[in-house]
Amino acid sequence: MSKRIDVKDLNVYYGKFLAVEDVNINIEAKSVTAFIGPSGCGKSTFLRTLNRMHEVIPGARVEGEVLLDGDNLYGPGVDPVTVRSQIGMVFQRPNPFPTMSIRDNVLAGVKLNNQKISKGEADALVERSLQGANLWNEVKDRLAKPGSGLSGGQQQRLCIARAIAVEPQVILMDEPCSALDPISTLAIEDLINDLKDQYTVVIVTHNMQQAARVSDRTAFFNIAGTGKPGKLIEVGDTHTIFSNPTQKATEDYVSGRFG
Amino acid sequence: MTTTSLTQSRGAGRAGDKVFSGAALAAGCLILAVLFGVALFLVVQAIPALVASPDKIQGGEGFFAYIWPIVIGTVIAAVIALVIATPVAIGVALFISHFAPRGLASGLGYVIDLLAAIPSVVYGAWGAAFLAREISPAYDWLANNMGWLPIFQGPASATGKTILTAGIVLAVMVLPIITSLSREIFLQTPKLHEEAALALGATRWEMIKMAVLPFGRPGIVSAVMLGLGRALGETMAVALVLSSGALTASLIQSGNQTIAAEIALNFPEASGLKVSTLIAAGLVLFVITLGVNMIARWIISRHKEFSGAN
Repeated sequence: MSKRIDVKDLNVYYGKFLAVEDVNINIEAKSVTAFIGPSGCGKSTFLRTLNRMHEVIPGARVEGEVLLDGDNLYGPGVDPVTVRSQIGMVFQRPNPFPTMSIRDNVLAGVKLNNQKISKGEADALVERSLQGANLWNEVKDRLAKPGSGLSGGQQQRLCIARAIAVEPQVILMDEPCSALDPISTLAIEDLINDLKDQYTVVIVTHNMQQAARVSDRTAFFNIAGTGKPGKLIEVGDTHTIFSNPTQKATEDYVSGRFG
Repeated sequence: MTTTSLTQSRGAGRAGDKVFSGAALAAGCLILAVLFGVALFLVVQAIPALVASPDKIQGGEGFFAYIWPIVIGTVIAAVIALVIATPVAIGVALFISHFAPRGLASGLGYVIDLLAAIPSVVYGAWGAAFLAREISPAYDWLANNMGWLPIFQGPASATGKTILTAGIVLAVMVLPIITSLSREIFLQTPKLHEEAALALGATRWEMIKMAVLPFGRPGIVSAVMLGLGRALGETMAVALVLSSGALTASLIQSGNQTIAAEIALNFPEASGLKVSTLIAAGLVLFVITLGVNMIARWIISRHKEFSGAN
């Protein structure tokens, strides 16, 4: 139940400012694709256009096509709400709902749109999702406690559990480990490895070792200078990008010769 | 570079600290002292009325018999005001913070704030001269069609100067307080939580239910309690609008009275024990307000663990 994403000629604007220019990329199903690149190169902005979360930002708009197994996310009559229920997202900072218990956090997405599920089904779903996020053993005795009482890494895994509880096709992760310590980071990376058996995963990361560890394919974004649009420079197998890239800019970046 | 020993400290900076902490402490103590002074004044001045023999109090049946109808009247007027104002205020606040385009939102916010700047006597005059007259046909309709409910029992007041009209005027008066506070709270909802909801596939309304309202809940309670405080204590508007009388269940007949209006209307020509009686009424209002605030605190603290403050 995972789908591929094909992006064709995508431009992203903030008002009149062209933020990301002419991206063409194919993201394979049941694989991990990493976006790397310097700060401000538009990789997070681009990630958000993959589930229309950029529309939250006033003035942001796109031109081009994003195809989820052939269906254009920006086609006429496509509801962003439906898009987001198919393509989940995990954010830079863990953001469980502070007013909800751990259990309610996991069920938050499922209870939307007035979907009714029985208590038994809900219990099973909570357990399955938390198992899927490698968090069940740590929280099974305190499901009624607030999610904000967990550690940062646990909160982030709770957010992943919340995202997979709605059974999306794709999971987008926007620097999911940047606010976490190395041990929690490792736990998340292990989890990403497990997730790709069932889901298409796209991850933005500043950490090149992380990209090398978790991803099957890597896309390198770069920016020519301040005020210039970000561009996709190169995309390929992670091994190739890190050992034998075709572009000079990619080689400079992955070998650390570039800011 | 000169070496500095650990025992040396910058004299000026320390003095600033001391002045500031002293000023803060003094301000805190002053508030307590003023509150205590008011409470003491009310208690001392009220004692003659509380201990006087029943036949000397207005009405001739003692202080309790005198005060409880106007306590009920006060509470009824305030509850009507909140029942009308709270949903409207939260709706307007949500519209300004999450739905309206930016230009409209700031204009609307400005108008709402302006409502708070109108003196209460103007609201009173508007209520008495305009609203009461215009709304009395609606009262007739209520009496004819909903008259089986005790609160809408006819015959409706011909002038429209009823406790319901007073409650509506109070609702308009507390609306800006609740709206501006709620709007500020809603605007402070963390972007993170709003995005979390949207990324799960929530519609805008679902996002508000999931992220904005739970986050704003303690703030909404505080805002409503501040509005309640104003509604309980409002004097001029009620005195002008309400054609007061004995306690009646029907909201659309003349009758009922609130503590604040009772004091305002009777104080100028009161003397002796009557003054004490009115001050005792003021003491009761003081206690009610204090109780309301304590309940509000309790409601807010009950959900502390889930407040997101940690």
